Amino acid sequence: MRRSLAADRLATAVLWAVAVFVILVLVAIIAYFVIESIPTFSLAFLVADPSLTDIGGIGPVLWNSAYMLVLTMLLTVPLGVLGGIYMAEYAGEGWLTNAIRFSQELISSVPSIVVGLFGFALFVAATGWGFTALGGALTLMVFNLPLLLRLSEQAIRTVPADERAASLALGATKWQTIRHAVLPVAIPGVVTGIVLTAGRVFGEAAALLFTAGLSTPTRYDFSNLNPLDPQSPWSPFRNATTLSVFIWKSNSEGLGNYVHEVANMSSMVLIVMVLAFNLGSRWLGGALQRRVSGL
Amino acid sequence: MITTSAKRIGALAIAATVLVAACGGSSSSPAASAASAASAASAAAATSAPSAAAAASGAAPSGVAGPATCVDGSITTSGSTALQPLIDAAGKAYTAACPKSTISVQGGGSGTGLTQVLQGAVQIGDSDVTAESKLQASDASQLVDHVTTKQGWVVVTNTGVAGVTSLTSQQLQDMWACPSGQSAPKITNWKDVGGPDLPIVLILRPASSGTRATFKQVVLNGQTECSGQALTEDSNGAVTAAVSQTPGSISVIGFAYYQANKDKVAAISLDGVAGSVANMASGTYKLAAQGHMYTKGQPTGLTKSFLDYMMSDPIQKTLIPSLFYAPVQ
Amino acid sequence: MVIAAVVLLLGFIVWRGVQLFVVSGVPVTQILSPTWQPDPLSEGTTYGLLPFIAGTLAVMAVAAIVSTPLSVGLALFMAEVAPTWARRIAQPAMEVFVGIPSVVYGWLGLTILVPFLRVHFGWLGFTTGFSWLAGSLVLALMILPTITSISYDAFVAVPADMRSASLALGTTRWQAIRHVVLPTAAAGVATAIVFGLTRAAGEALAVQMVIGNSPIIPTSLARPVTTLTSQITLDMSDATGTWNEALWTMGLVLLLISLAFVLLIRWLGRGRSRA
Repeated sequence: MRRSLAADRLATAVLWAVAVFVILVLVAIIAYFVIESIPTFSLAFLVADPSLTDIGGIGPVLWNSAYMLVLTMLLTVPLGVLGGIYMAEYAGEGWLTNAIRFSQELISSVPSIVVGLFGFALFVAATGWGFTALGGALTLMVFNLPLLLRLSEQAIRTVPADERAASLALGATKWQTIRHAVLPVAIPGVVTGIVLTAGRVFGEAAALLFTAGLSTPTRYDFSNLNPLDPQSPWSPFRNATTLSVFIWKSNSEGLGNYVHEVANMSSMVLIVMVLAFNLGSRWLGGALQRRVSGL
Repeated sequence: MITTSAKRIGALAIAATVLVAACGGSSSSPAASAASAASAASAAAATSAPSAAAAASGAAPSGVAGPATCVDGSITTSGSTALQPLIDAAGKAYTAACPKSTISVQGGGSGTGLTQVLQGAVQIGDSDVTAESKLQASDASQLVDHVTTKQGWVVVTNTGVAGVTSLTSQQLQDMWACPSGQSAPKITNWKDVGGPDLPIVLILRPASSGTRATFKQVVLNGQTECSGQALTEDSNGAVTAAVSQTPGSISVIGFAYYQANKDKVAAISLDGVAGSVANMASGTYKLAAQGHMYTKGQPTGLTKSFLDYMMSDPIQKTLIPSLFYAPVQ
Repeated sequence: MVIAAVVLLLGFIVWRGVQLFVVSGVPVTQILSPTWQPDPLSEGTTYGLLPFIAGTLAVMAVAAIVSTPLSVGLALFMAEVAPTWARRIAQPAMEVFVGIPSVVYGWLGLTILVPFLRVHFGWLGFTTGFSWLAGSLVLALMILPTITSISYDAFVAVPADMRSASLALGTTRWQAIRHVVLPTAAAGVATAIVFGLTRAAGEALAVQMVIGNSPIIPTSLARPVTTLTSQITLDMSDATGTWNEALWTMGLVLLLISLAFVLLIRWLGRGRSRA
């Protein structure tokens, strides 16, 4: 008995040690970037244009990251969530459902570089668009859509059967049930799914190398609202280097003087954005749930 | 989740403001005044708009005049990373003078440039090598070559390799190439070429790179590199970083990259001739090649105007020497 | 629509992937050669993919060996041991881990891990720091949250009754974990590891930045090696002709590896649901 108690204590200690170690690694990573960035960081860095020879800034690429995020999510969220509702509420068990599920699994395991090649051939070369934000967003959608589909399906499935039965018993139609009984409960899960998907948009680089382009545009004119003008920052038909791609690019193509500083500061900005996004969306999920269930 | 949220109100408030600031640009006009505290991201949206600010912080060297006449439009070039600093600076000088044109300059490598210009993904493909050496004859014949500059490469080593300042082509061949049937080069230690007792670490570019092709042709006489023992890094920038970090390493980078990293890597003369713009222009330094800009068919519009600008005096006489390339004349 | 996308994607990659054999007439067996000599400027080309396949599997395997104890341990900690406050730290921390983009990991690996290996373990043969081990360690960190969160779900899914039954019999917590929780969740943990491997096999940029990219069969953790993904990133933009086709064939091989993993996950899942 004493031996098993000792083993228990040892195991607990080991598990604690593992947990503390992993968390420390994470903290160390974040601390590293913050500490490395502080001496050279200034708000101007967030605004200025990138430069091959000077420290430059990340203004346009930051804008592109946000733009790509919105564009991809506009394409992905409606399809993903509606598809999730279909899969959870309407789809029966048949070869079709099975095939969809298998496709989902397969596509989410296809390496992003392969998806990028596919996107290049289809959205860049075949369409004749060249490197565009839209091509990048469509490529991202190829693997974001199945992911969001699966996550929202799961979220909807976890809604207890009682909720549905109660609503149906009150004479509500199936859609009314979904709208008023199922979705409010599933919202936090769906939002988590959207956040996870959005996080990939922010972080993805390999799939965008050959689709959204690597150039560093300058001089965005935000008063140019024509979405078809390739010079307008609002246009989906233009090059859009995102922050992640920029980090990779500055390592490989920068002339070298400030590569270190630029990559460190960009990494820090990227991590801060991801953090802010996670926290913000949790809050949003909670708020949405209160609102929807209040209706 | 709801119960814990009360404790996080502070963090959430910050996150929310950041989020609002970050998304502000996409939902509202940037002319809207930025809220004072959390304005970092929306300020980015607002102040990067005027062209003057961008031109001031860009890489375009001051004193390079713009083109004689402007053509509006938007083009993209891609390709050689060795040519990229020049074309990037020229593009910025052009667009600084012509606010209605956009010239995006991408790297990717010579093969990228050629493939993409052929596919119509870009308007100009930049290459260190001729299209004929990379593409099938039927494809290459669709492209029109514009030689706009001459560029050189320099052999560089880690600064820890003391006492070696010059190597002959023969020595470089013995360090790079595998004798037939062997998996290692003849020379694998710096002491064999007058340096310290330190293993030689070869850093190659991918076999597809124009730099590697030029080096192979000019210095190695077409012999195959011993890639099995070497590191491979994918661009001038990554090679420079690897050479500066790795003891005993040797590689080849473009002049512009060397000039920007003089304190981090050491240059090696080739057959007793130093890699300099003057030596390249006079023809005594042999590790050099023409810089090609390819178009699919004859160029028109902004593409033509930009290529003409590349051949004009502001670029050939001012910009090119300042970035360590040589003019074509 | 999802099916259409998948069929299109698969069809396309297979079509491009077999061009090497069909159009250029390279014998299929040649891709198992250890020699990668695609350069048409050299005499005699050989499109041997063995170094890349072996490299991918090797880097992946070591990453899983390093990552599994840590991530399964962390998942156990979160599911079984952690007091509420600790879980409240660990869970968001995992989300942040997932959120850190792969290029950031690659950059960290390049600026910290590679020099560290070279300076402190040069005597073990890490002469340059760019190495199999460097690639695996970066990957291990990247797949950690994947394995952790999926095995955490598996542990949580173990019915509380089973645990209390065990504890009621007077076992310690560790005994309950070892004899009840771990065996019940085993298939779930295996699935988690395979998911991690899938992510590891497909990761491109982070690995390419630290691995050295030498097309040799991996023999030493200290030596540079290469992977399918990193070779695609290096060469795709520049290679033309037959060489380019060989890269698409690499993409096809990657796809087949993913397919194998997906089937493995399904098989594990079926075993689990039957149990």
